Amino acid sequence: MLTLSLSHFLILGAILFAIAVVGIFLNRKNLIVLLMAIELMLLAVNMNFVAFSHFLGDLSGQVFVFFILAVAAAEAAIGLAILIVLFRNLKSIHVDDLGSLKG
Amino acid sequence: MDFQTAVFFFLSAILVFAALRVITARNPVYAALHLMLAFFTTGGLWLMLQAEFLAIALIVVYVGAVMVLFLFVVMMLDINIDRIREGFWRYLPLGAVLGLVMVLEMGLVLGSKYFQVPISEVVVPAGVSNTKEIGALLVTDYVFPFELAAVILLVGMIAAVVLTFRGRKASKISNPNTQVFVKAKDRVRVLQMPVEKD
Repeated sequence: MLTLSLSHFLILGAILFAIAVVGIFLNRKNLIVLLMAIELMLLAVNMNFVAFSHFLGDLSGQVFVFFILAVAAAEAAIGLAILIVLFRNLKSIHVDDLGSLKG
Repeated sequence: MDFQTAVFFFLSAILVFAALRVITARNPVYAALHLMLAFFTTGGLWLMLQAEFLAIALIVVYVGAVMVLFLFVVMMLDINIDRIREGFWRYLPLGAVLGLVMVLEMGLVLGSKYFQVPISEVVVPAGVSNTKEIGALLVTDYVFPFELAAVILLVGMIAAVVLTFRGRKASKISNPNTQVFVKAKDRVRVLQMPVEKD
């Protein structure tokens, strides 16, 4: 008899996090997918918070997820705004074109 | 395997598939759409964990707002897909090995019997809503972080507007100060030209 335990959710979160890290490796030239991989990482962390909150019977974990969601929304908005400004100035969002601060 | 476990494995399979498609999709639009699927599935998983408010908030905030913003940006930008995909296959072996090692390590730690948390005896009594509980916590114990989160959202909004604001380019503002001090010789130039003779 297999019942759901905390480990199920934690391992699912670990798999999500690892996928996001691999995504950062694979899409090093693609700023948009890099931002999406960061969102996936935050999702994995939130999954851990919610799982612990459920299995420990403490609602503080869910409040924390609420704050993480707020910060992640602000981060995504600012990140995409920077991306748009970048595209307006360079006509590209390729990572290799961003070397103008190099000495 | 009871019904709940079956639903868990079904949803996690969809979630892992969607996450894999996010990082391997060739077109960033497909990546954004699969990320939407991932958020949606996570909302279902959180419902299983009795976090109804967060599940709905995740779907409303992420699928409804953040991912639509992503889609807008992806569709507005002119992206050279071939150029952006270079290095993908070169880094695939290293990335795959690294990801597998991470999953193995974390699985060994998190799945071991010493890491188990006993399922708590705190059973949610009937008639108590998760949203009500979180709301009560937010305005009592966490009222200061709650206001701080509001400030963070405001800062994010202002920053996004300021970053993308271009201002008015062709404004015809006249400065009275410089107009008063102007001299005739600043405006009119008298040229001496020799008389032309045939």
